[in-house]
Amino acid sequence: MSTSTAQLALPPGAAPAPRRQLFVGTAVACVAGTMLIGGMLAIWVLLRGRVVETGARFPVDYIIPEVATNVMLMTIWALCLFAQWAVYSGSRGDRAHAALALGVTALLAIAFINAQAFVYVDMAVEIRADNYGVLFYAVTGAMMAIVVAGLVFTTVAAFRALSGRLQETEILSAHALYWYFAAAAYSAVWFVVYVTK
Amino acid sequence: MTTIDTRPDAANAAADDASSGSAVASFFVDAAAWATTTDHKRIGRMYAGAGLLALLAAASLGALLGLERAQDSNTLVDADALLQVFQAYRVGLVFAAVIPLGLGLAIAVVPLQLGARSLAFPRLALTGFYSWLGGLALTMVALGRNGGIGGGDQQGVDLFLAGHGLMIIGLLASAGCVATSVLTTRAPGMTMRRVPLFAWSALIGALGMLLVLPVVFGAIIYVFLDHRYAQLNFGGSEGIVIWIGWAFSVPAIIVYSLPAVGVAAEMFPVACRHRQVMRGVSFAGIALVGVAALAATTQQFVHDVTFDTDGESFVRGAVPFLIFAGLPVLGLMIVLGLGLLTAKQGLANGKPSISAPLVLSLVGFDMIVGGVLGNALYSVTDLELIGTSFEEGTVLLIVYGTALGVMGGLAFWAPKLWGRVLPNKQALPIALLASLGAALATIPLLIAGFLDQSGGVPANDDDVSSLLTIAGVDQGVLWNTLSFAGHGLVALAVLAFVGLMLKTFTGAGQVADQNPFGGHTIEWGAPSPAPADNYEKIVTVASPEPQFDLTYEGSRS
Repeated sequence: MSTSTAQLALPPGAAPAPRRQLFVGTAVACVAGTMLIGGMLAIWVLLRGRVVETGARFPVDYIIPEVATNVMLMTIWALCLFAQWAVYSGSRGDRAHAALALGVTALLAIAFINAQAFVYVDMAVEIRADNYGVLFYAVTGAMMAIVVAGLVFTTVAAFRALSGRLQETEILSAHALYWYFAAAAYSAVWFVVYVTK
Repeated sequence: MTTIDTRPDAANAAADDASSGSAVASFFVDAAAWATTTDHKRIGRMYAGAGLLALLAAASLGALLGLERAQDSNTLVDADALLQVFQAYRVGLVFAAVIPLGLGLAIAVVPLQLGARSLAFPRLALTGFYSWLGGLALTMVALGRNGGIGGGDQQGVDLFLAGHGLMIIGLLASAGCVATSVLTTRAPGMTMRRVPLFAWSALIGALGMLLVLPVVFGAIIYVFLDHRYAQLNFGGSEGIVIWIGWAFSVPAIIVYSLPAVGVAAEMFPVACRHRQVMRGVSFAGIALVGVAALAATTQQFVHDVTFDTDGESFVRGAVPFLIFAGLPVLGLMIVLGLGLLTAKQGLANGKPSISAPLVLSLVGFDMIVGGVLGNALYSVTDLELIGTSFEEGTVLLIVYGTALGVMGGLAFWAPKLWGRVLPNKQALPIALLASLGAALATIPLLIAGFLDQSGGVPANDDDVSSLLTIAGVDQGVLWNTLSFAGHGLVALAVLAFVGLMLKTFTGAGQVADQNPFGGHTIEWGAPSPAPADNYEKIVTVASPEPQFDLTYEGSRS
C-alpha cells in the first residue's frame, strides 16, 4: 500500500483544540465561587449587624486564635506563588521544578486544612449553642470545601503535567487561577469572620 | 486524549451493532448509550424532555390548585397536603421546568450554532443533568413526606434543602459548560459579534445563572445547618421562604427565560427571509435584560415609588425602579422593535412563512414581555400588589412564555436534533392550544391580584388558607375557574407536543432536508440530523449569517 493511499484511508483529522477551554471554564467556576462566598459573607454581615445592634459582641464567648488564622492567610497566598512557579517551570519544560512547585502547593494546601482543623479544635464552637455556631461552620466549611477542591485540582494537574504534557501549560495556568480565587475568597473570609469583632 | 478533549460519540456505532441482535438487547444498548452519552444533542434533549414532563406535572398541579381555589368547600386535596402541593407546583414551575428547558435547548443547539464539534466539558454537563435529576427526585420525596418549607417532618425539611442544593450544583455545572462553549469553541472566523442571537442569549442566561444560583446555594447551606442543628437564626422551616423564596419568583426567573428570548430573536429574520437589522443593538437588548434582572435580584426588587409626594422623594424612588425594573423592559422592547423592523423590511420579499416554531416562539416572547412588565408593576409598593396573586400570574407569564419559546426552539431545530420536521398540521394546533391555555392561566390571576386575591409561596397552613380564600375577591370564582382551565389546556398541549416529538423520534413524519426553514446560521449547513460530532469539516465563518449568504445571495462565507 502506498503512503498516499494510506493517508486517504484515514478519517478526517480532529478539529483544532479549543483555545484555553480549561482556563476559561475555571474562570467561570471561580465567578460562581466568588458569588457563593460573597453571598454567604453578605448574610453573615447582615446577621452580625442584628446582634451588634442589641449591644452584644459577636462572637460572645469565643476567642479567635489569630495566629493560626493569620498563618492560614499567609499560607494561601504563598500557595499562589508556588502554583505560579509551576506555570513558569512548565512553560520552560523544567520537569523537576514543576514537580517541586506542585508538591509544595499540595503541601501548603494540606497545611491550610490542618490549620483550619486546629482553629475548630481550639475554638470549640458549639454549633447548637448560639447563633454564631451555624454561621461560623457554614462559612468556614464552605471555604474548606474550596481548598479541598483545589487540592484535588493540584493532584490532577500534577498527573497531567508530569505525565508528558508539561509544556501544555493551560492546566497549570487554570490551576494557578483557581488558587488566586481561593486566596481572594479566604482573604474576605479572614477579614469578615476572624478580624471583624 | 486528554481529560478535556472529546471524541466522536461511539454510542451510535454501538447502537447500530446491537440492532442486529434481539430487540431487548438493542433496547438496553440504546439506553446505555443515552445514559452515558457525551453528545451534547442527546444531553440537551434529556434535559428538555425531563423539563417538559416536569412542566406537564406542574401545569396539572396548577389546574388542581385553581380548581381548589374556585371551589368554596376546598375539598379536592387533603388539607394536610396542600402546603406541599403548593410548593411542588412552584418548585416544578421554576427548578424543574423553566431552568432545565432553557438550559437543555442551549446545550443541544449552541455548539451546532458555533460550528463546534462538541460542547465544552460534555461529561460535566451530563453529570450536571444527573445531579439535577437526583436533586429533583429528593425534593419530591421530601415533599411527599411532609417536608419542604414549613414542613412538619424535620428530616423531610432537611431533605428538601439538600435536594435543592443538589439541583443547583447540577444546573451550575451545565450552565458553566454552555458559557465556556460560547467563549471558547466558536468556529474560525466567528467573532463574538458574529455569534447567533440564540447562542448569545444562552451565554447571557448561563452567566446570569452562574451569578444568581451560587447565592441561593450559599443561603441553602446556612438554612440547612441552622435547621438541622440550631434553628436560631433563620426562622426554622417556615423561615426558609424568606431566604430562598426569591429564587422561585420574579425578578430572578427573568434570567432563566433568556434562551426563549433568543429563540424569538432568531425567528424574526428567518420567517421574513431578511438579515437581522442592527444585530449589535439586539445583542445589547438581550444583555440588558440579563444584567438588569440580575441587578434587581441581587440588590433590590421592591421600590417605594410614591406618586403623591414631593419631587425629590419621587425621584429617589423612581430612579432605582427605572434602573432595576425598567431596563429589562427596555431590553425586551429593543429586541421586539428590531425584530419587527426586520420583519417589515423582509415583507418586501413576500409573506412570512407561518409555522409552529414561529407561533410558539413569538407567543412565548410576548408572554415574557408581559411577565417582565408585570414584574415592573409588582415591584411598585404604591400599587399594593405585593402578596397578591399578581405575583403568581407574573411568574406564570414568564414560565409559560419560556416553555412556549423552548417548545418553538425544539420544533425549529428538530431537523438537526433528530432529523425530522414536526408536521405543521399537527404542531400548529398544539401551538395555538398552548398559547390559549397559557393566556387563560395567567391573565385571570393578574386581574385577581388587582382585586386583592392572596398569592405567593406559602410557608405555613395559615398562608395556605389565605391563598385559598377568595370570598373577598370580586368574581373570584370566575378568575380561578379560568385559570384552572388555562392550566389544563397547557397540560394538554404539552402532553400533545411530547407525544408528537416521540412520534417523530421513532421515525414517523417528514424526513428533514438540510435547511427546511431557510435558517441563516451555520448549523443549517450541517446534515439533518447532525452527526454525533456535528461537522465533518470545521468551516471558516466570514459572516454572521453564512447560510443566508449562501441561499439568498449565492456567496459562500
